[in-house]
Amino acid sequence: MIDAAYAAEGAEHGGGAAGGLPNPMHQFEIKRLIPFELFGFDASFTNSALFMLIAATLITLFTVYAMHSRALVPSRLQSVAELSYQFIANMVRDNVGTDGMKYFPFVFTLFMFVLTLNMLGMVPYSFTVTSHIIVTFALAAFIFLGVTLIGFWKHGAKFLKFFVPEGVPIVMLPLLVVIEVISYLTRPLSLSVRLFANMMAGHTMLKVFGAFVVALGFLGGWAPLAFMVAFTGLEILVAFLQAYVFAILTCIYLNDALHMHHH
Amino acid sequence: MDPSAAKLIGAGLASIALVGAGIGIGTIFGNYLQGALRNPSAAPSQFANLLLGFALAEATGLFGLVVALIILFVF
Repeated sequence: MIDAAYAAEGAEHGGGAAGGLPNPMHQFEIKRLIPFELFGFDASFTNSALFMLIAATLITLFTVYAMHSRALVPSRLQSVAELSYQFIANMVRDNVGTDGMKYFPFVFTLFMFVLTLNMLGMVPYSFTVTSHIIVTFALAAFIFLGVTLIGFWKHGAKFLKFFVPEGVPIVMLPLLVVIEVISYLTRPLSLSVRLFANMMAGHTMLKVFGAFVVALGFLGGWAPLAFMVAFTGLEILVAFLQAYVFAILTCIYLNDALHMHHH
Repeated sequence: MDPSAAKLIGAGLASIALVGAGIGIGTIFGNYLQGALRNPSAAPSQFANLLLGFALAEATGLFGLVVALIILFVF
């Protein structure tokens, strides 16, 4: 329903695509809210930056306000905060081990940030920050760099043994080491593309079907509308799931750097 | 052939990646159900793995979508 209105809005502003349907890519457009230039670079305050700011504010307000009473018997809000803490704490403990708990604040922040951005994107007329590959790639690249540095800091040059699989015939080694290195280097790419593609594909599909509802009118629009309702539910699941996958893969990468496959 | 037509055909071909994603998601949920029905008490502990596998399999199909979009909008 809401997304139909969303699509109708797109029809007014972003029309001109093939078949008279609104352009489903219009929703990903970055707008300069406060134009600003820094050393010749365009550092404008965009709607993307605005939504990141909203997400960061929401998370801070939520965690600070939910935990302000620190009651032994938690209120509903406090138990939501405790649940999310426990959820990530268990994830880190299961996947990295107890010595990985010092990275818990990072994983928790990452999860909450991605989750909030994904969920904010599900609000009609809002902007999905994670549907831009540069945002997810920046996150993934920093995770990759940090994890690699942790690996070298923890194991020194022995971390290079990570790329040499054990129990493999010597003849096969040159090939396998190359494969291992390539698969290690593609990690930031796959991590970022997974999140970005899921978000972008989902929102494009919502928009396309929203346009169908409008195009088919009062008589025929009910079928895509029913699909839209179901698909919006699936999208909310995907928004959570992708934040979860992003966090758990970060944990797995951290575990690789800290323990190098074997415990 | 008209290059723009080749572009559209290429984008359509790239969406074949969805076949693999469909097979993968089907395999994951099918095998999870099979295991869960054989041993229902162990099923909840594997739910996180189910979601992880689902997300990983779904992502491969979306990589195909990204290729299609690159073909359509970048070249």
